[in-house]
Amino acid sequence: MSAVTTPARQASGGVNVKTVNRIVIYGLLALFAVFYLMPLFVMLVTSFKTMDEIQNGNMLALPRAPTFDPWLKAWGETCVGLTCAGIKGYFWNSIKMVVPAVLISTMLGALNGYVLTKWRFRGATLVFGLMLFACFIPFQSVLLPMATILGSVGRFGVTLQNSIGTSFGLGNSTVNLVFVHVVYGIGFTTLFFRNYYEAFPTELVKAAQVDGASFFQIFRRIMLPNSMPIFVVTVIYQFTNIWNDFLFASAYAGTGDAMPMTVALNNVVNTSTGVVEYNVNMAAAMIAALPTLLVYVLAGRYFVRGLMAGAVKG
Amino acid sequence: MAFLEIDGLRKRFGQVEILKGIDLDLEKGGFLVLVGPSGCGKSTLLNTIAGLETITSGEIRVDGRTINDLHPSKRDIAMVFQSYALYPNMTVAGNISFGMEMRGVPAAERQKAIDKVAKVLQIGHLLQRKPSQLSGGQRQRVAMGRALVRDPKLFLFDEPLSNLDAKLRVDMRIEIKRLHATTGTTIVYVTHDQIEAMTLATKIAVMRDGEVQQFGTPAEIYNNPTNLFVADFMGSPAMNLIPATIGTNGNALSVVLQREAREPISLPMANAPAGLSAFQGKPIIFGVRPEALTDPEGAERNASNIATADCHIEVVEPAGSDTFAVTNLGGKGVVARLRADANIQPGTNTPLAFNLTKAVFFDPATENRIR
Repeated sequence: MSAVTTPARQASGGVNVKTVNRIVIYGLLALFAVFYLMPLFVMLVTSFKTMDEIQNGNMLALPRAPTFDPWLKAWGETCVGLTCAGIKGYFWNSIKMVVPAVLISTMLGALNGYVLTKWRFRGATLVFGLMLFACFIPFQSVLLPMATILGSVGRFGVTLQNSIGTSFGLGNSTVNLVFVHVVYGIGFTTLFFRNYYEAFPTELVKAAQVDGASFFQIFRRIMLPNSMPIFVVTVIYQFTNIWNDFLFASAYAGTGDAMPMTVALNNVVNTSTGVVEYNVNMAAAMIAALPTLLVYVLAGRYFVRGLMAGAVKG
Repeated sequence: MAFLEIDGLRKRFGQVEILKGIDLDLEKGGFLVLVGPSGCGKSTLLNTIAGLETITSGEIRVDGRTINDLHPSKRDIAMVFQSYALYPNMTVAGNISFGMEMRGVPAAERQKAIDKVAKVLQIGHLLQRKPSQLSGGQRQRVAMGRALVRDPKLFLFDEPLSNLDAKLRVDMRIEIKRLHATTGTTIVYVTHDQIEAMTLATKIAVMRDGEVQQFGTPAEIYNNPTNLFVADFMGSPAMNLIPATIGTNGNALSVVLQREAREPISLPMANAPAGLSAFQGKPIIFGVRPEALTDPEGAERNASNIATADCHIEVVEPAGSDTFAVTNLGGKGVVARLRADANIQPGTNTPLAFNLTKAVFFDPATENRIR
């Protein structure tokens, strides 16, 4: 008798414990999510409020009369330091710096990964180890040496300008930032691509060799088209990092025309013209955050697995 | 002069010698199978022929031309890989024509070649598909198509069937054999499956530890193994290798096999190999294939030297086409191959016929054949 009923009782007890566990887990997760999303919510809500409402109302309340004015003002009118032309110019500065930096560092990473896995040479492991090491060098420690190097390059640019009429962009702040981010990013992009290509079937490379494809033909026709997942990962990672970078941006382009978005945003908030326009600041911050969000949403769709299916085995 | 000649080929990785002086040759239109257990160097040997691995010393010639230092694409070879290695981003047509594209063949000509190969392999309806949309057998066909379209001097196959299921493997094996027969191409084929080796090859090279153990036709390898390893490796079920001694029976030699709890069997040898007389009273290894050890009614009528002895049957395995019986001789399980309808019961004593014409003998010390 008991032998029959015991398992049933245990089973029902098991279900109860399970349900409680689920409730606790999901409850905690929801709590953390709310906690994490709260600042974003406040920013969004505030950016659509008028100053009156911000000064008199509740921070968490929804805007009573939503307005786009703070966003328009942040984009086109707000003061960054002494110039009051909005943040749009700096937004484009960031784009002009981020896009080349991301593309160059990603392509170099892919090329490095390809060589380190499919064209192994004596000392390849050591080279990779040193590149990994580059990932862990703190930003701060390269600030001054890099400033010195960029200074020398800049002076060389001036010399070129004087002698042959063009500096080839040497000494240009945007070019400098692209250079810094490419150098700093290569460690990470190489790591990503090397690990991806390590699992990439070497027989494909051999087959292409037999087919007569050259080093770069194999890279362009075989490796790259089959690297979409890691390409997307690297682009998202690099884009987010470089777009959000403040330290290098403020150190090497902290003043002047090439100032990127992050530095400009800091200056918007620090510029005091009497009243602190929280709504405009929040709108500016949202604009600064949008591209990384957008990249994630758009590129994430291509974040597919199983692209290699069909190459090898059944 | 042979079509493919390999002379004293050596390959060293650091201190480890993978290939220890390989000498092989193959006539035009021949089918050479390199067979051996994992790590014997057969795939490395194939890769050196393909040019995907460099060689330490030696020479490889195809049609009289030394190809040692040529780039793989310049050797006039085509290779089918174990994993097929189809480019996943290209269609079947793209895969087949990639090599021609790299060599700058005009598009119209490429299309013509694709159509021709697709017709031979019956993959015309698959040309616009991606490899991921193909089944295992179809991928195998496409991989062969990619090799065929080059019309090379030499085809290299690296264990092409090992990823297929058992039934498909048999079908594709026949297909490869038919392809070889109709196109008359020269093929070097690597496998660890000795049945593939026996069925496909015109020449087999059995390899172990970077050395060719025996090189010959399938019949030579099967009937006249030069050493214990070859005898043991080729054939399924494997050759029975029974520890025995050589005795005398009048003025003829006899093979003495120990039985469990009974007096030994003595098999009189009518036409013993000459070398065997030196082993009188000494231990040897007596090799007899399962089909040469059968029920007296099933024994070969015209074999000149058949000896019958009573054996204790331990296990009976009906396999449909044959019945396998396991007995114990010289302390080892010995498999006999009987007719499917042989009336035999485990645990009984039954006379078995030893076809001594087909028997082979090995020196246990050197593992070499006694001839």
